[in-house]
Amino acid sequence: MPQLAIEVQDLSKKYGSALAVSHANFQVPAGTICGFVGPNGAGKTTTIRMLLGLISPTGGSGQILGEAITSPEKYLPLVGAMIEGPAFYPALSGAENLRVLATLGGFPLDRVDTLLKQVGLFERAESKFKTYSLGMKQRLGIAAALLPNPQLLILDEPTNGLDPEGIQEIRQLLRNLADNGTTVFVSSHLLSELELISEYLVMLRKGEVVFAGPMQELFDQQQPFIIVKTAIENDLTKILEIAEAAGHKAHVRDGVAHIEGPAEWAGTLNKLAFDSGILLTQLAPQLPNLEETFFEMTGEQK
Amino acid sequence: MIRSLSRIFFAEWRKLRRPTLLLGTLGAVAFFSILVSSFLFLLIDSPQGNGDRGVQITREMLALPSGSTQAFSSIGNLLGIIALCVFAAQTAQEYSLGTLRNLLVREPGRIRLLAGKLASMKVFAIIMTLVGAVITIGISYLLAGGKDVSTALWFNSEGRLEIAKTLLNVFISIIGFGIIGMVLGILLRSPISSISIGVLWLLIIENLVGAIKASTLNWLPGYQLGTIATGGSPTVTYTHALALSSIYVGIAIVIATVLFTKRDVAN
Repeated sequence: MPQLAIEVQDLSKKYGSALAVSHANFQVPAGTICGFVGPNGAGKTTTIRMLLGLISPTGGSGQILGEAITSPEKYLPLVGAMIEGPAFYPALSGAENLRVLATLGGFPLDRVDTLLKQVGLFERAESKFKTYSLGMKQRLGIAAALLPNPQLLILDEPTNGLDPEGIQEIRQLLRNLADNGTTVFVSSHLLSELELISEYLVMLRKGEVVFAGPMQELFDQQQPFIIVKTAIENDLTKILEIAEAAGHKAHVRDGVAHIEGPAEWAGTLNKLAFDSGILLTQLAPQLPNLEETFFEMTGEQK
Repeated sequence: MIRSLSRIFFAEWRKLRRPTLLLGTLGAVAFFSILVSSFLFLLIDSPQGNGDRGVQITREMLALPSGSTQAFSSIGNLLGIIALCVFAAQTAQEYSLGTLRNLLVREPGRIRLLAGKLASMKVFAIIMTLVGAVITIGISYLLAGGKDVSTALWFNSEGRLEIAKTLLNVFISIIGFGIIGMVLGILLRSPISSISIGVLWLLIIENLVGAIKASTLNWLPGYQLGTIATGGSPTVTYTHALALSSIYVGIAIVIATVLFTKRDVAN
């Protein structure tokens, strides 16, 4: 297996005059879980479609498992994918839908039952797809993606519609797959979930890659910060003035002040606030996390 | 190549064999088969005629070796419209349901995928043809005795040849209609739009145009395909219909293949 599961160079896709993906460059090492994030319309699904040979790039190149993305027939037998939610035939049962894809891909049919058990759908295997809940449809989509026993698994929003227990199960499933050597490339809006499982991250904003690399490298670029809430909301402005006077960047979002600075400065801030007659109701030093970093880097509002 | 085509064929067959589709379609085939063969014999003495558009089909004509397949060749158009609907729906639903992306991830060879799907649908059309033939010939045979129509020549060697010829002609006609449905499915990417436009064209537009200007019947695609099923008509010869239909279907296949292979799958 090549060292890189995914590698793209200057990958671009234009629709008319609109650039959906612009000169994307990133690499995903084999055997890792890589989160793929970006606001809606950032170009995530377009990128995934290009990786799967569903749409042709208008520029650049890419390799999946060492093979050029212009020859999808060479690598797709080793790739499992769920793109833009689960799409199946409503009048067929869950099991029969998987059998259609297993037959098409030349995979053993007995794998269908194994996968249905793995995703917790075995009891409803013979029910029609149209009777499934959103969570069940999502599980079936994941089972379909696992049919080829993939070396690379590409999932677009796999936890959509799942309850917390289901999300936890999928997280564990992806972890187990990665531990067994499968590369997982997963896009999700559940940033806290991605932070828990991903070692690598690719972040898109308006079609451009704003970060690609190990998750820790992303956090190393970010400052720790302190979250402050005051009893009187107007006092937040005074808190910002105190922080900026001390040389710390600060801003208010959702009624909470975010002040860049190490945890040790929280004590000083508390004293300065007390001296100014401001009553603090929350003072919490925070390490950089994916959600904060995402909003910071993409300029998105919470 | 052969192995991947057979995989595509059997994957498509899993969708086609579902009871609601298979039995529903065969039910419609049975309904039209019974209806047309019953009218042909029960209205044999009616002054309004017992054939298509009031045509009079006499006892003498029905007693010929081709008499057993008279009803069967008459339902060629109806079977064709059913095939058009099935082929169009099976193709367009892959776009409307979003399942095409799953299929292309598992089988990226787009021309192979199209060819395998078509092969599977052709088998479906063969089953439709055979069921239609068995029912129309069976009903005709049952009703012939009661209406004093001789069946002596129906199953001799010449009669069997007529049955084989009509089976082949109806099958060619149905496949032509089906391919047009498939192309509409690829073009319009919506089952409802492709079926309604196909049926509207065949049942209303062609009939209106043909009624206003009879010479257009020489060129209208639906009429050519219907003529193949009946083995020729008073206005259009069998060879003309076959040649022109081949050109129409050939052009349709080229358009479908180019669109299917070159178009981005973005839904």
